[in-house]
Amino acid sequence: MAFLEMRGVSKNFKVNGAKSGRVLPVLSNIDLAIDRNEFVSVIGRSGSGKTTLVSLIAGLIEPDQGTILLEGKPIDGPGPDRGIVFQNYSLLSWMTVFENVFLAVDAVAADIASNEKRERTRHYINLVNLGAAANKVPRELSGGMRQRVAVARGLAMEPKVLLLDEPFSALDALTRSTLQEEVARIWMETKKTVVMITNDIDEAILLSDCIYTLTSGPGATLSPALQVETAHPRSRKQLSGDATCQRLRRETFGLLAGKPNAVSAALLAS
Amino acid sequence: MEKRFDSAAIILPMLGVGLVLLVWTFLSLKVAPDLPSPWRTWEESKKYILNPFFKDGEMNQGILRFTFLSLVRVAKGYLLAIAIGTPLGFLLGMSANFHRAFDPVIQVLRPISPLAWLPLGLVIFKQSELAALFTIAICAMWPTVINTAMGVRSISQEYLNVGRVLKLSPIKTLRRIMIPATLPYMFTGYRLSLGMAWLVIVAAEMLTGAPGLGGFLWQEYNSLVYSHILLSILAIGLIGYALDRLMSLVEGRFKTA
Repeated sequence: MAFLEMRGVSKNFKVNGAKSGRVLPVLSNIDLAIDRNEFVSVIGRSGSGKTTLVSLIAGLIEPDQGTILLEGKPIDGPGPDRGIVFQNYSLLSWMTVFENVFLAVDAVAADIASNEKRERTRHYINLVNLGAAANKVPRELSGGMRQRVAVARGLAMEPKVLLLDEPFSALDALTRSTLQEEVARIWMETKKTVVMITNDIDEAILLSDCIYTLTSGPGATLSPALQVETAHPRSRKQLSGDATCQRLRRETFGLLAGKPNAVSAALLAS
Repeated sequence: MEKRFDSAAIILPMLGVGLVLLVWTFLSLKVAPDLPSPWRTWEESKKYILNPFFKDGEMNQGILRFTFLSLVRVAKGYLLAIAIGTPLGFLLGMSANFHRAFDPVIQVLRPISPLAWLPLGLVIFKQSELAALFTIAICAMWPTVINTAMGVRSISQEYLNVGRVLKLSPIKTLRRIMIPATLPYMFTGYRLSLGMAWLVIVAAEMLTGAPGLGGFLWQEYNSLVYSHILLSILAIGLIGYALDRLMSLVEGRFKTA
């Protein structure tokens, strides 16, 4: 049995509030099965319902149909067993880096001694290389540093599954590639089960074992998974040269575009 | 450039004050003969200003003594106002049903003048000091209530989601997330409420005859010492301004937080 599973999950949003009675299907009939310690990417265009998908797994919203199972048990609302790194970081602006991460440790590990909690907090802050900024508040940090804090907070929950909602989309290209490498390193170290939402094909190929593509909405659904066989850790260079990766790029692009067309083929050939 | 800017910052406000003094003098000379000129006001008031802490009787004290009495009264009413107003604002902001039930009541009570509340306070409490506190509290409460409620309603869903994912208890969510997120709004409310409380104190003291700046003002009107009315007005304005600056400083600290 898969570690994390979505079975026939659909989600509709009400159009113009509850009164109109009209609904817009966002996700329909999503099936997803993720193994323990697997790094899975879900790739989709903006507006295709990616954040809805991750919010469903996090339990922040409930599906209209279908079930979501973690270790065979249906999930019941949000919980720290599914740690999430939000798209816009969602750091509490009145707390320092340390306090933001400590809040998570304190919440999930209520029964351990407080110096142990502080130790654990420091461990995760160091893991994302932010030891020197532990006493700064979010507004004193760059976007990349804020994202690191969010990752540290997500990891500090020591969740069964770590959900990353477009974690690098707001960052500049250089910062993004540094952070991607760090996430790859952290994943190699911790071997967490990770679900990453992204709109970047290269990012998905670089980091994940398995890529699902979300078709364009409304009523988006998942295409069958593509396996990325290349061994970890991977480098960008490898990706641009490797024939398997090239094929994966083409296939994913084709799925995203609905069907491969002349323009995208030309783009990829260049 | 910089030097010119500095001198302008001093000269222009002085020009403004000078102009007001000029108009005041003109009015006292040509239009309202009962209005004391600025010079006469100073002559007749300097005892109160130069010796601000003397006390010759309940209603004949130095200006800072009266100020102190008024400030104590305002502080009591104001603390009462924010002690009631803050939780009320939280309830209004958190519960849509509570908001639906009480918002109309609040909207009706809000515009009522302190002059209308005071007699009611006297009827209820049968004692002028308590009636004054009641009036200050009920008039000064609304900015705190409304700003706090607005602050709670505008807490970002992202912050609340953090609390949900971490499964924080309601108390912890309130303490670690909702209150800190609302704090800047709360302090805007507190500043406006203090301004309101200071406005109300004069009315309350005038009607109850309690010793303080407002009480002094009213008494001197009745004793035909008009220069002391002007003295009181100036003192009320200056203290009000100082209070507002003080609260702005406090508010600014929380804005950046």
